[in-house]
Amino acid sequence: MSGLGAAFSRLTPYNNSGGPGRWRYEVCKESVPFRGPQCKGAKPLANSDMADKDVLVDIFTRADLIMQSDIKFRQMIGAGQLQIVYYPVRGQEVVSSAMMAAVNKEDYLVTIYRGLHDQLAKGIPSKDLWAEFAGKMAGTCKGKGGPMHITHPETGVMVTTGIVGSGIPIANGLALASQLDKDGKVTVCCFGDGATNIGAFHEGLNMAQIWKLPVIFLCQNNLYSEHTPMAFATSSDSIKQRGEGLGMRSVQVNGNDASAMYAAAKEAVEYARAGHGPTLIEAMTFRFHGHLLGDTSHYIPKEEMEQAKKDDPMPVLRQQLLDLQVSESDIAAIEAKNAAIIEEASQFALDAPYPPGDEYRIDVLDVEIAA
Amino acid sequence: MSDTAEKPKEIMFAQACNMALAKAMADDPKVILMGEDIADEQGGGVFKVTLGLSERFGTDRVRSTPISEQAIVGAAVGSAMVGYKPVAEIMLMNFITVAMDQIVNHAAKLRFMSGGQTTVPLTIRTTTGAGTGLGGQHSDMLEAWLAHVPGLKVVAASNPADAYGLLYSSIMDPNPVIFIENTPGYFVKGPAPAPDHVVPLGKASVPREGTDITLIGYGSSISRCHGAADNLAKDGISCEIVDLRTIAPFDEETVLKSVAKTRAAVVVHEAVRNFGVGAEISSRIHEELFSELKAPVGRVGSGYAPVPFSPAIEKAWMFNQDDVEREVHKILG
Repeated sequence: MSGLGAAFSRLTPYNNSGGPGRWRYEVCKESVPFRGPQCKGAKPLANSDMADKDVLVDIFTRADLIMQSDIKFRQMIGAGQLQIVYYPVRGQEVVSSAMMAAVNKEDYLVTIYRGLHDQLAKGIPSKDLWAEFAGKMAGTCKGKGGPMHITHPETGVMVTTGIVGSGIPIANGLALASQLDKDGKVTVCCFGDGATNIGAFHEGLNMAQIWKLPVIFLCQNNLYSEHTPMAFATSSDSIKQRGEGLGMRSVQVNGNDASAMYAAAKEAVEYARAGHGPTLIEAMTFRFHGHLLGDTSHYIPKEEMEQAKKDDPMPVLRQQLLDLQVSESDIAAIEAKNAAIIEEASQFALDAPYPPGDEYRIDVLDVEIAA
Repeated sequence: MSDTAEKPKEIMFAQACNMALAKAMADDPKVILMGEDIADEQGGGVFKVTLGLSERFGTDRVRSTPISEQAIVGAAVGSAMVGYKPVAEIMLMNFITVAMDQIVNHAAKLRFMSGGQTTVPLTIRTTTGAGTGLGGQHSDMLEAWLAHVPGLKVVAASNPADAYGLLYSSIMDPNPVIFIENTPGYFVKGPAPAPDHVVPLGKASVPREGTDITLIGYGSSISRCHGAADNLAKDGISCEIVDLRTIAPFDEETVLKSVAKTRAAVVVHEAVRNFGVGAEISSRIHEELFSELKAPVGRVGSGYAPVPFSPAIEKAWMFNQDDVEREVHKILG
């Protein structure tokens, strides 16, 4: 299998006296996921662990839509057609696609500002989502939320927050409602490694664990919180350790490996639905672009980025489909269909009208605000 | 302390809150309570406001929580979005500071940011107030912070009957409501409400009519307004009292109607005067009635300092009835 692990190097100080900010990067040499402290618990890939063909096709279909959307957003913003703040998701497609392939439409999702991949994977129609990103009345939230605040209850997307880590306590509330209603739903709460440094993470996981809530905390660990490497700001070697410290079932997985990620997701979903409680999944991944579009990622060592791009999960997944005898033309048909969806959605977003200015008076409270 | 007990003619404020919670829980199975120590096994709340409720409704619906204000409010927000009417107790108002992200960035904004797709019908009950010797971190009145946030309703009752009616309305309201109780006022008695007594949010009351000046207050300040009005009457000054009951959005109509009649006003609150609720109300009155006023609107609030511990300084810091009377005399010349 491919060398997915290389990018996920553990950062260690130059020497014992090296203060914060002075790190060297230990790049994994071997082509097995997650060497070093972060590798503990990650399953090595083997053919026997490969997910079913249909599942992988499903994951690929979602992931390709995400990848193409991300590319299109960056193109349009670069060309000045869209003037919005955008947090690229290229590189993290497989994590959310595999996770969302393991849940139902009715299950809830709470995510964060870097959420395009989660939202598309969960099933928000591209047209509605694109229109919201563009601030248009036809968007999911009438243009009042924007890219950082996407809500679409029809597909279970309940909250997208711009405040790092703050979705965790809210996900508990959604899961609490499911527990009390016995409706069998699970709540997936996505966040990055940086979110595990805010108090809400610790409060939220503690409460979820003592109340055995049907919630899955999916930490998409891309090793950087904004511009800061994980080792600089995070005291533990892994996020998994933090979950374990709170008494929670915690797993670390190569999130860029569709089969491994899907297996971890499915297990967590079954565990939650059976009433056993929450799981923290630390899914190792990487982002190929800066924190937000325009950020040059100067803080990511060149060799780390190069290795990550060599390990791009998308061509790996595509090759896996070919290996499973999915024909090139079938794959091309998926890609063409996604391209058409995005073409239509992006044009729709450009053409759709903005909301009227007076729209700000509505939805503040249950009554219209006078002025 | 449940509402099935025989009704006394007079009840305490804390009892009224307990009765309102019990009624709301009995009326709607989607009403759930969460907060530190609130279930009976943990004592029914530090001020016993939730006593008996877990015994009656079960610990699934009356949930004691860890000391985790963000997690409490977040769980309330999430469950409110999908059909529940949670009542989160933040033991003391100062602890709201710990949960401000959940309140301000989420509870208050999710309806708007989702374009009306999700609503957050939660109630946060909290208590505070000086006069208890608890010092700087357990006594602050922070209602102005919350009233400043679009999307929140802020409520403070001045007597047990109003507390009963307002708390019930807060729980049933489709918006996030902050319900502020007054710690020293918990044991103040007042006429018991009828079981079906409901006070609508957003409507002020006029508990005392007068002709010379309007005293505008809410919560703990109302009793001192009454005391001041009694004393001022001896000097031949007739005070009208407006009890806001809902601080945000405040009942501008009732306030302006009263001040248009008396042509003078003082806004009275326990929170520090600077940048307080009084500034907003006073400004609105000036904007609408400037040319009709006998004098600029007065404001009475507490001193610009954290709430002091020592009883001697706490007393000096806190606004009192004399301050109200002095302000009225100043305005009426």
